Amino acid sequence: MHDLLIAAQAAGELKDGLQSIGAGIVYGAAAIGPGIGIGIVVGNAITAMARQPEMAGPVRTTMFLGIAFTEALALFGFVLFFLAKS
Amino acid sequence: MLGVFTFPPIDELFVWKDIVFEDTPYAINKTSLLVMVSSLLILLIFVGGSRKMKLIPGRFQSVLESTYEFVDRGITRDVIGNDATRFTPFLGSLFLFILFLNFWEIIPFIQFPPTSRFAIPLFLALMVYVLYWFLGFKHQGIKYLTGHLFPAGVPLALYILVTPIELVQILLVRPFSLAVRLLANMMAGHILLTALALLTAYTLTNAPIIALGPFLLGVGVTAFELLVGFLQAYIFTLLTAVYIADSLHAEH
Repeated sequence: MHDLLIAAQAAGELKDGLQSIGAGIVYGAAAIGPGIGIGIVVGNAITAMARQPEMAGPVRTTMFLGIAFTEALALFGFVLFFLAKS
Repeated sequence: MLGVFTFPPIDELFVWKDIVFEDTPYAINKTSLLVMVSSLLILLIFVGGSRKMKLIPGRFQSVLESTYEFVDRGITRDVIGNDATRFTPFLGSLFLFILFLNFWEIIPFIQFPPTSRFAIPLFLALMVYVLYWFLGFKHQGIKYLTGHLFPAGVPLALYILVTPIELVQILLVRPFSLAVRLLANMMAGHILLTALALLTAYTLTNAPIIALGPFLLGVGVTAFELLVGFLQAYIFTLLTAVYIADSLHAEH
């Protein structure tokens, strides 16, 4: 009986631990792609602004749009992180 | 003897007790109080400030004018077009409302952004959702939907892939990402600031010299949150303008 209780408790702790690890991996993995993507967006926007400074305004607006769309994926990961943890 | 550092459960940072009318549908807590206060502030500043307009603006009037021009030039005219100034009042109110709500995050002693509760960004996103569907069908008819689902110049076999993706994108991803982007940014900022403040308080009692680290970091993050609050209000308004522009004219 006592052994069974300990085993059940260990299983509960194992579940909690695995949940936390899973949540961590979810957010970490979700941040990889958008990180690279935002780098590409901003890098190319800077190249464009340096080549044609007179177009800096429209390029900046489009850059923010691109960042917003790319970033959305990371934010979905952030929400899933809370869902996976609870 | 060192105490154990525990982070409070996430509910404690975001769920507030009702102040008046407890347990009725009209209950007011910190979140709804802040929303009302910011609406009143915006009304007071902008309606009051534009009561006696002068030809040569004073300091206060030029702040109001440049705010309006920022939305009018930078968002409405740039994204939708020069003939769309009728959308500036809507976009301007949206921008100011989100901006004021976001800035409560860094106002001392209040330090809670109401936009980090899902109801507010979700409702704003739903409003935008209804608006762009309505405008799309009003200006383009059924072509608004077919133009999105069956874009021209795509090989026939690829429609199997393109049409479902576009359907999910226009039905679900657009409003959801609009709401979640604002929510997650403000939520992450609030959690980060709370964690740094708690860490400062904990190290101050146990190892005062180390407390300088999280404290300075907290000051830096507060300045960063000023930027984030502005940027998120700007991006929300910008994306609203992009969706409206997409409803008004077919894809170029």
